[in-house]
Amino acid sequence: MLNFGLTQLSALLAAKKISSAELTGEFLERSKSLNPDYNAFITLNEETSLAQARAADAMIAAGQAHALTGIPIAQKDIFCTKGWLTTCGSRMLSNFISPYDAHVIERFNAAGAVNIGKTNMDEFAMGSSNETSFYGPVRNPWDSTAVPGGSSGGSACAVAARMAPAATGTDTGGSIRQPAALCGISGLKPTYGLVSRYGMIAFASSLDQAGPMAKSAEDLALMLNVMTGFDARDSTSLEREPEDYTRDLEKPLEGLRIGLPKEYFVKEINDDVARAVEAAIAEYRKLGARTVEVSLPSTKLSVPVYYVLAPAEASSNLSRFDGVRYGYRAPEYTDLNDMYRKSRAQGFGAEVKRRILIGTYVLSHGYYDAYYIQAQKLRRLIAQDFIEAFKQCDIIMGPTSPTVAFNLGEKSSDPVQMYLSDAYTIAVNLAGLPAMSIPAGFGNQNRPVGLHIIGNYFAEAQMLNVAHQYQRATDWHVRMPIPLET
Amino acid sequence: MQWEIVVGLEVHTQLSTQSKIFSGASTAFGAAPNTEACAVDLALPGVLPVLNRGAVERAIKLGLAVGGKINSPSIFARKNYFYPDLPKGYQISQYELPVVEGGSIKIQSGEVERVVRLTRAHLEEDAGKSLHEDFHGMTGIDLNRAGTPLLEIVSEPDMRSSAEAVAYAKTLHSLVRWIGICDGNMQEGSFRCDANVSVRPKGSDKLGTRCEIKNLNSFRFLEKAIDYEARRQIEVLEDGGTIQQQTRLYDSDKDETRAMRSKEDAQDYRYFPDPDLLPLEIGEDWIAQVRRGLPELPQQMRARLERDYGLSTYDAAALTGDREIVEYYEAVVEKLPSDPKLCANWVMGDISGYLNEEGKFFDSCPLFPAQLAQLLTRIKDGTISGKIAKEVFKQMWVKASAQPVAWKHSDPGPDINLADQIIESQGLKQISDSGELEKLVGEVIAANAKSVEEFKAGREKAFNALVGQVMKAAKGKANPAQVNEILKKKLTE
Repeated sequence: MLNFGLTQLSALLAAKKISSAELTGEFLERSKSLNPDYNAFITLNEETSLAQARAADAMIAAGQAHALTGIPIAQKDIFCTKGWLTTCGSRMLSNFISPYDAHVIERFNAAGAVNIGKTNMDEFAMGSSNETSFYGPVRNPWDSTAVPGGSSGGSACAVAARMAPAATGTDTGGSIRQPAALCGISGLKPTYGLVSRYGMIAFASSLDQAGPMAKSAEDLALMLNVMTGFDARDSTSLEREPEDYTRDLEKPLEGLRIGLPKEYFVKEINDDVARAVEAAIAEYRKLGARTVEVSLPSTKLSVPVYYVLAPAEASSNLSRFDGVRYGYRAPEYTDLNDMYRKSRAQGFGAEVKRRILIGTYVLSHGYYDAYYIQAQKLRRLIAQDFIEAFKQCDIIMGPTSPTVAFNLGEKSSDPVQMYLSDAYTIAVNLAGLPAMSIPAGFGNQNRPVGLHIIGNYFAEAQMLNVAHQYQRATDWHVRMPIPLET
Repeated sequence: MQWEIVVGLEVHTQLSTQSKIFSGASTAFGAAPNTEACAVDLALPGVLPVLNRGAVERAIKLGLAVGGKINSPSIFARKNYFYPDLPKGYQISQYELPVVEGGSIKIQSGEVERVVRLTRAHLEEDAGKSLHEDFHGMTGIDLNRAGTPLLEIVSEPDMRSSAEAVAYAKTLHSLVRWIGICDGNMQEGSFRCDANVSVRPKGSDKLGTRCEIKNLNSFRFLEKAIDYEARRQIEVLEDGGTIQQQTRLYDSDKDETRAMRSKEDAQDYRYFPDPDLLPLEIGEDWIAQVRRGLPELPQQMRARLERDYGLSTYDAAALTGDREIVEYYEAVVEKLPSDPKLCANWVMGDISGYLNEEGKFFDSCPLFPAQLAQLLTRIKDGTISGKIAKEVFKQMWVKASAQPVAWKHSDPGPDINLADQIIESQGLKQISDSGELEKLVGEVIAANAKSVEEFKAGREKAFNALVGQVMKAAKGKANPAQVNEILKKKLTE
């Protein structure tokens, strides 16, 4: 049962073959036994989760169940959750019990889903390996010497290790897709503006987007149905008719035009990853799709553009963490400036400080035009590339990450190497496009490879269809790293 | 050397919205600390700003009233700095593209008439308040004011004296109240001025180095601070020194300005467009809608009062000092269209005087325009004299003050026959019956033989004394014109 998809679990709950309390209990048991080794959760709150499960059982008994009622969902610790410790992976918020729910949390609560715990993450979502968390690194369930990816590494690990049937993540430069790829699960970053950012602790506001992480495209679609929708509290939230993201899952792929950017299949990509991706594309040809070469010439600028814009926004977004109203305050200080200095010096980790420094620098008088303004111009070029490419194809594919999961500690001392592991994912955030990663076999050391699927704006249903058809034809997504009997 | 003072003002007007500029919390003044600060105002993790359209509408009103350009789009930017009463660590303001650009305001200072150009007006949020007392060496933070909508109105350096600066500030103060975007309450900080002051040799067209004096919250302080600062700068220059560009504070106790920080340690605010807020688009429809809702502006109204009612420039200006005064005035004239001048005299004289004495404004005037109009009608039709009218007015005021409601434009008011009731019940009606008056005059002539003699000997003064005696005998109720006429007739018979 721990390996079931959301549709199956929902059916069992509806048929009263199992109660949400029992289901939640089973996942909690597995989480409690595995978490000491994998560190996927920062907070487990058994009593609260079980109380939610019992409330869900009452909803089901009253005939008021929705698709996700009674299903345990792991929530990334970036979402403010009323009454729960909400740390964002930082010492700065290590004492912050949120007094309110993020929009995403509200939506899951309204749907009757059960919050099974708050997942570990890179501090303030800044990282690609989950090694920057104040709560220690998460380990990859396929190989505990490897990183799970980041920043939603806890969520990816929890789903991959079957500690939760599904989880939420957030993606600023690849933080859903890269850990999904490295942990062998499915993850989707929606079009910017589709999921409200209200209550999601900001890293880089113009890039941040929440999305689902699960075992299959079908599960992602069910999650997305809950997560999306207009929210007046987020001025960048888009007002659109609600969609059923499961509606196109079963469409055949006959005639689908897959764009393969020539810039993606070059020297940066490892052979093992290239082989797995090419095999996946071969599978798509078998399913009736054809491939066209497209070009994204500005894509090589993505990493430098991102590392100007994201830190610029972050440096300002993180100013509120000053020790004045909530969060960490240094125990001793001499005056106001000393309080700021010490609280922030002690409350933030090295990577966060690095990005605050970069961001402060690029926004400074005399540098703003050369960095920030220039990067904004290039951002438009990068988006324009995709618009051109989508004139020739329906969907774009490539590797999610140039390598399989690397070892813990392997890149943590070299920020630039770490940043390059997001080379494929970042351009998508800069353009505001939707994209996903699905499991596509294994590479070196038998570590998972992710297939990156990029859609046009609002093409989530189509992307899910493309992913689902592949998952019907293959079984990578049902492979499990840790046997259920542990 | 002759020096010329050059002044430009930055005025922070608090916009009169019910809720804050980026949150739903109330903007009411005087609540217990931190009870009007919601999650957004506290800058909890994850919260986001949502722009209050009411604040934008007020900015558009100002833009239209001063003939400025309404920018679309305009951009909200973050001004980054750390301070404990600035919860986000940045203030949301507008930098490169403000909502209003240009426009002008006409001022009158003594004999000087001047058009002061506006640079811009931009929307921003206020910060909270740091409370340094009562916390035993610690500082308390009150975030009730955080997020209160402000419109910062920036003028060009077009004023040439402290008096002109005050005239500008007063005109602007009147205008923002007139168009209903700000309550203008200076004690509560709803209208705060920063003055940029420099001096230069008279005749020069180059600007001198300026100093900015922060946070002047009364017209008197504004005037004194500019006077002090100009004197200070002139002294420095005449001693052969140079002016350092500085931000200065005015100390009203000592009547001097003091350096706060110089240009060298000015902060780098690292402005950049706020990614949480989309560019503010203001469509032509919206502008047109706001324009339709805009009242007749003071300048247009002054011209109309002079033209249609034959009022002097002085009267027209005084009446349009405040929208409530002129609305009251026009409601009186509506009832007594034959004598707008008489109406103006009473509105600015007696009504204003009584209100002043009680510390009230026209919006809480107890006497209704129709009530005043009846009193004035009774003067006009000769029922009472102007002198008696003052007495009737006094009694009307007392009675009206006991009325439960203050005047409102739409309300005709209770008891419009108040003046007649008082005149009737106390027999104050003027004696215009010529038979009765002739009898009175006859008695006075008989009793004052000496005065009659003197008058006949050619002493005009004696006539006045006789008139006075008649009025006295009539207890003030005699019609003076008639008394004159009858007396003259009888004396020359």
